[in-house]
Amino acid sequence: MGIRFILMVNKQGQTRLAQYYEYLTLEERRALEGEIVRKCLARNEQQCSFVEHRNYKIVYRRYASLFFLVGVDNDENELAILEFIHLLVETMDRHFGNVCELDIMFHLEKAHFMLEEMVMNGCIVETSKSNILSPIQLMDRA
Amino acid sequence: MEQLKTIGRELAMGSQGGFGQSKEFLDLVKSIGEARSKAEEDRIVLHEIETLKRRISEPDIPKRKMKEYIIRLVYIEMLGHDASFGYIHAVKMTHDDTLLLKRTGYLAVTLFLNDDHDLIILIVNTIQKDLRSDNYLVVCAALNAVCRLINEETIPAMLPQVVDLLAHSKEAVRKKAIMALHRFYQKSPSSVSHLVSNFRKRLCDNDPGVMGATLCPLFDLITIEVHSYKDLVVSFVSILKQVAERRLPKSYDYHQMPAPFIQIRLLKILALLGSGDKQASENMYTVVGDIFRKCDSSSNIGNAVLYECVCCVSSIYPNPKLLEAAADVISRFLKSDSHNLKYMGIDSLGRLIKMSPEIAEQHQLAVIDCLEDPDDTLKRKTFELLYKMTKSSNVEVIVDRMIDYMISINDNHYKTDIASRCVELAEQFAPSNHWFILTMNKVFEHAGDLVNVKVAHNLMRLIAEGFGEDDDAADSQLRSSAVESYLHIIGEPKLPSVFLQVICWVLGEYGTADGKYSASYITGKLCDVAEACSNDETVKAYAVTALMKIYAFEIAAGRKVDMLHECQSLVEELSASHSTDLQQRAYELQAVICLDAHAVENIIPSDASCEDVEIDKNLSFLNSYVQQSMENGAQPYIPETQRSGMLDTNFRSQDQPEASLHGLRFEAYELPKPPVPSRIHTASLEPSTELVPASEPAYPKDTHQVATVPSVSDAGSSELKLRLDGVQRKWGRPAYSSSAPSPSSSTSQNTVNGVTQIDAAGSVISKAHKTNDSRKPRVEISPEKQKLAASLFGGSSQTEKRSTSASHKVTKAVSHAAGKSQAPKSAVVSNQVTVEKTIHQPPPDLLDLGEPAVPSTTPSVDPFKQLEGLLDPTQVSSTANHGAVGAATESPDIIALYGKTPASGHSSSAAISLPTNGDGVNFTAGLLDATLSTAHAEQLSV
Repeated sequence: MGIRFILMVNKQGQTRLAQYYEYLTLEERRALEGEIVRKCLARNEQQCSFVEHRNYKIVYRRYASLFFLVGVDNDENELAILEFIHLLVETMDRHFGNVCELDIMFHLEKAHFMLEEMVMNGCIVETSKSNILSPIQLMDRA
Repeated sequence: MEQLKTIGRELAMGSQGGFGQSKEFLDLVKSIGEARSKAEEDRIVLHEIETLKRRISEPDIPKRKMKEYIIRLVYIEMLGHDASFGYIHAVKMTHDDTLLLKRTGYLAVTLFLNDDHDLIILIVNTIQKDLRSDNYLVVCAALNAVCRLINEETIPAMLPQVVDLLAHSKEAVRKKAIMALHRFYQKSPSSVSHLVSNFRKRLCDNDPGVMGATLCPLFDLITIEVHSYKDLVVSFVSILKQVAERRLPKSYDYHQMPAPFIQIRLLKILALLGSGDKQASENMYTVVGDIFRKCDSSSNIGNAVLYECVCCVSSIYPNPKLLEAAADVISRFLKSDSHNLKYMGIDSLGRLIKMSPEIAEQHQLAVIDCLEDPDDTLKRKTFELLYKMTKSSNVEVIVDRMIDYMISINDNHYKTDIASRCVELAEQFAPSNHWFILTMNKVFEHAGDLVNVKVAHNLMRLIAEGFGEDDDAADSQLRSSAVESYLHIIGEPKLPSVFLQVICWVLGEYGTADGKYSASYITGKLCDVAEACSNDETVKAYAVTALMKIYAFEIAAGRKVDMLHECQSLVEELSASHSTDLQQRAYELQAVICLDAHAVENIIPSDASCEDVEIDKNLSFLNSYVQQSMENGAQPYIPETQRSGMLDTNFRSQDQPEASLHGLRFEAYELPKPPVPSRIHTASLEPSTELVPASEPAYPKDTHQVATVPSVSDAGSSELKLRLDGVQRKWGRPAYSSSAPSPSSSTSQNTVNGVTQIDAAGSVISKAHKTNDSRKPRVEISPEKQKLAASLFGGSSQTEKRSTSASHKVTKAVSHAAGKSQAPKSAVVSNQVTVEKTIHQPPPDLLDLGEPAVPSTTPSVDPFKQLEGLLDPTQVSSTANHGAVGAATESPDIIALYGKTPASGHSSSAAISLPTNGDGVNFTAGLLDATLSTAHAEQLSV
């Protein structure tokens, strides 16, 4: 299945966006987020951007105050996921213009729409920024 | 950073009017953003819940306002609170006509609801309507929802429409329709099994986005059933080639790499298709080689693709040049300063050493650096590598390191993992018994409650049977060292229950065997254990039985038994226990102690845990009794096979109710001579209340009759097995029968049970195969960090030893199995005296082991590898046939593709579809080429 969840969390550990590709209850999500955020935030710049957690591998990347965490299956290409995160950020940059935490907070649904275009069923399905953004721009105009 | 935040805030505030967000919403987001602690955040959210509950159900809320409310609900759930009060409003919003609102509604619903939520039924209709919409964005929104909300039951309601949409004129719709179909496949493969050809068709879509998305379902399909897709190898290779040659639109480039994510997925697919298939692999060599050359190794994404190439190369049929290229990549990864690249390097090293074991040699120091790195992730990855390259020459270093690491971590999930790996390696490569025992002690001590209970049974069996050849001295030395180490360890606080059980059993069986320790010393220790574990009945039961054995051995040896005071009080306490099992053990202990030496020796022979239990299957000792009964007028026994005339055929069709037939028969023909019938009667009717130990073989027959009834499916195939079931039930000792009391392995005595035997043997074969196969990697080297390096990577001369030791191990296991099957008594090893007195119940850890027939199947050369080579052509030809269908369906599409090209010139994917663009034509032409050539091949083969 590839990607199990995508999280955006700020450096205080507060969730800014959460998208799960398999169903977890509210409690499970809360516990999971707490555990992995604690794990990832404790790591320094030199260490790998990958962390094993239970059956997941977490690939994470930090942009200013915001962490992007992607939970993947064990046989996923970690480096590729790392770059997928960057592609997501570049895409949001193109839309918001130098995206920041508050952009995502104020336009949570748009961030989700972008993810919906990029990832379906836990697979990366679209990587062309223009294809990702065109439906969102069309909606804005409408 | 703070600066960034302010800038962002100003930006957001600036856009306030433009996006029509209300002051209220902005304030909420701001306050959440400024919350300094989780508690503060919770307070804000709880307040928000109150507000929303009031507001959201007010009448006539403007749509825009409602959308904001919905997003506030999303916030509430995202921050970990329940927003179910508002779900229905999100559902309602999906009915809205405005696209943005509808999509927001769908988004919220997919975030809130699982696909079996009650509210889904209210959305199904809306989705169906939206799938028919003229606005393709509405259709896309609905398809997104389909992927998240449709479950097995609702698939049929969506399926026809989704299939229609596969041919939609908008590529975005086709892409999402493919993914919806993929979702259906994930949810319920059978529901779409007839539609799988659509995935092949869409692979030839003229939009690269659709093609790229189609790779996802195809990857899943190929993972499950590789053979049906061998015909696509050429197509995949051709697509990959064109992607790598930049024939895709520029918008798919990422950091100057052409469509890297598509390349990666294609490489994954090729790895599957080429695995063990020489012919398929040969098609791939060129393109994979090209990618190796073209990748920009200075960017992350370039390295990601390179890594995938290495994975592919180490999966497909080996090619020297590619292996060399892969080795170069790995050594660059390992030499890099980036931890991420080192991690990838270690991972790919673990993959490649299967193919070329010698490459680890150059990297030993890098590997050791990674092992000692403070970064936990890297360390674990390195342990994984070490696990893959363990052999008998380096097992000590590696396992010691693993155990040290295991002790140092708290994460139970990983602890379990690494503990079972330690056990596996120790069992496979242990250089000496002593080391093995000590290693197992450490594992048990620190992770005992996490390891599989099988491991404990294995350990007990090993101690009882000894390691190898018939070397009694070595065996007893093994036992002594086990006893010694256990006595040493037994005082430690908080030992895991499983470990204590092992300790008790070994002390009971061998504690006094070498005469080094007195009975009172050992019994004292056992009492301590029982006392310390007052809550653990299993351990107490092991301890009491161990006590009984010690005393029995003493009595048998003619020594006078003085029961320690603490033992006495323990036994008294247990004889009033709530557990009937403990009670019975206590009473048995008391009873045994009162017997004379001769009797005791017969009940509990010394060191007899591996001995055969003689079972008189013909019950010959009853002959005189039978004779006498017949003389008194009883009917003679007629074997079942000769009874067909008298019996209900329904009953006979399954040979199962043999027992009840006995019952019927006896009742029907009974003469008023009491002894025979009454005895069988009680036995068969009241087995569970019968508490007398079945100490003589007369009982098996009775219990058999009882047991047959419950275990219908197995009945008839094995008398022996059934009898055992019965006994076990009677004695009800779940603690010893472990989690998997499958009867199949205990049946080998019974010749009727041929099938089971073959099964068991088969599993041993595959196990042996695996051992030889997966342990193959060998590594060798020399320098310092270096002692470690030397000990880890050892000398090459060791390789031989490894394979022999592995196969030795297997033969050993097999001989165990043989021993077991012919010698039921040995099974008692893990069971104990009471069981010995009755009939043995083989320990569950034996289930994996099978039949004596196996030794011949543990060759040091892996026959499967050889077979693979031979099989290739056959595999391919078989898949060629399969492909015919796909090709047939593909060809019309290719024509359509050509027909469409001019018309679709204005689409966003111009690079591919525009005829004016040479690249595009090549792309499709290449595909056409590929598919045509497969089609051609099929025609030939037909």
